[in-house]
Amino acid sequence: MSISLTTPAAPAAAARRTPVVARPVGVLADIGNVLVRELQPVLRQPASVLFAMVQPLVFLGLFAPLLPDTGDGSALQWFVPGIVAMTALMSASFTGANLSEEIVSGSFERLLVSPVRRSSLMIGKALREMVPLVLQTIIIVAVATPFGFDLHVGGILVGMALLVPFSVGLGALSLALAVAAKEQAWVFWTVQQTVIFPLLLLAGVLLPLDGAPGWLRTASDVNPLTHIVEAERALFAGSFPGETVLYGAIASLVVGVLGLWVGVRRMNRAS
Amino acid sequence: MENNTTHGPVIRTVGLTRHFTRGKQTIEAVRGLDLEVAAGELVAFLGPNGAGKSTTLRMLTTLIAPTSGSATVAGHDVVRERAAVRRSIGYVGQGNAAGHQFRGRDEIMCQARAHGLSRSDARRRTDELLEAFDLAEHADRPVAQLSGGQRRRLDVAIGLVQEPPILFLDEPSTGLDPQNRVNLQEQVRRLNADLGTTIVLTTHYLEEADALAGRVIVIDHGEVIADDSAAALKSALGDLVALSFASPDAAVAAAARADRVPGAQVVVDGARVELRAAHGRDTAPGLVTDLAAAGTPVTRIEVVGPTLDDVFLNLTGRSLRENQSTTTEGAAA
Repeated sequence: MSISLTTPAAPAAAARRTPVVARPVGVLADIGNVLVRELQPVLRQPASVLFAMVQPLVFLGLFAPLLPDTGDGSALQWFVPGIVAMTALMSASFTGANLSEEIVSGSFERLLVSPVRRSSLMIGKALREMVPLVLQTIIIVAVATPFGFDLHVGGILVGMALLVPFSVGLGALSLALAVAAKEQAWVFWTVQQTVIFPLLLLAGVLLPLDGAPGWLRTASDVNPLTHIVEAERALFAGSFPGETVLYGAIASLVVGVLGLWVGVRRMNRAS
Repeated sequence: MENNTTHGPVIRTVGLTRHFTRGKQTIEAVRGLDLEVAAGELVAFLGPNGAGKSTTLRMLTTLIAPTSGSATVAGHDVVRERAAVRRSIGYVGQGNAAGHQFRGRDEIMCQARAHGLSRSDARRRTDELLEAFDLAEHADRPVAQLSGGQRRRLDVAIGLVQEPPILFLDEPSTGLDPQNRVNLQEQVRRLNADLGTTIVLTTHYLEEADALAGRVIVIDHGEVIADDSAAALKSALGDLVALSFASPDAAVAAAARADRVPGAQVVVDGARVELRAAHGRDTAPGLVTDLAAAGTPVTRIEVVGPTLDDVFLNLTGRSLRENQSTTTEGAAA
């Protein structure tokens, strides 16, 4: 029971002091505002992100030694970009998980009634998931480099940029899923898990698909993540094969545009 | 800032209707609402849970689209001009406006920036609101750690950040303890009186609608069943004057005289006469003198003014109080 019952000073009178000048908000400022909001809890509790750093390191430490070693560190060279793409897939698909709490508590509703654009809301929330991804990538690369990973900073930077549209699109889909499943939290997790693992396995992140049967290869070819992972592998190795990178970028953009389109439509129907 | 000098209503609904489909069942939550609210009004939607109050508010604030009919808020259509509606209104929903893992100060800032305030204006405005709502010392704690009353004040602060010309409050005092409820009502009243803010709130607290709103719109089963000031709604029903006499015979004789009061409904019950009349409290003294002169002196008199519950009971045959199982402050702590 709250005891702080001092009568507040006249709010209406106080409301007069600052003349409220509302200007139109540009798209970038709109996204920036959402991103800043989403980052505040992270900045105030960095430990929450540090914990998430462990997962890719577990994969790196427990899985990479199983890969056939060709003697020149190429197993790591092959595996690290895949782990980065996997981390992007995981964190982007979790974007909606935090939304469930905001839907229940009411803060999501307040944002929906505010002038913030639906698309800005989703892009801002999805970009927030990119921040731990960047930190995770730095850690993974820092850990892998002494073990024979060939470091190409320029390629890694382009590779990270290539992941942005993919993460935003998948994040928007995850948010749309959270809105659609707001009355049953288990629906969100069931769908998320059902979608994530086939995408991951079919993209050849953990095992190469070279010897796979035809149907598996076809399924892999229509998986956008396959093309993104291939582009990441080339870029992380310091090469820039135009066609591979272009296919990766197209796959990433398709996910981005499609995800945002579905997400905005779903949120406009949000009730 | 936009200057809504358009004459006429700031809120207008025409045949506003919303159905929900649950399985094979269609629920008609709001049925053909025709409503006008003028600038500067303080309006309460009163009705039991499930009457359609919140659904109406959610349509007016662009959260859900009407099934049919239309509505304009601040001159903008709630379906076609959602962005313009959102810029013109403040909204305090049933839940908490501030995310629980965020901090109050950050959330007010975010809302101010969303409405296009410059960074320095937003900071100043945030400080003002924190001070005005007595939240300054709690501003840098996670919202999850605040009490129910503190969170509710934060909700209202966030709703007021851009000094909206129109403010919607959905069940603002649910879950508040009585004193916080009175404080909130005082703030709402001042906002309306000092800044001329048009305020629409929903409530199922009779006392709240009665004490606060200049205009009470009683809603039941998705339809408006009464729309007037609380005083007018009650006076239409009339006061109850209960008179006691020395004997049942005296009561019968007195009832015959009392029946001459214009518009009075008279019931005799043993040695008691109950009389309901539009201005019962004004006619009662004269009646008592008259009855004494006629040889049937009144031994005891009680005058009870009607409540909004009597109004609701008279309109629907049901009492609103039966629905008020949550009058305690349980949810606040």
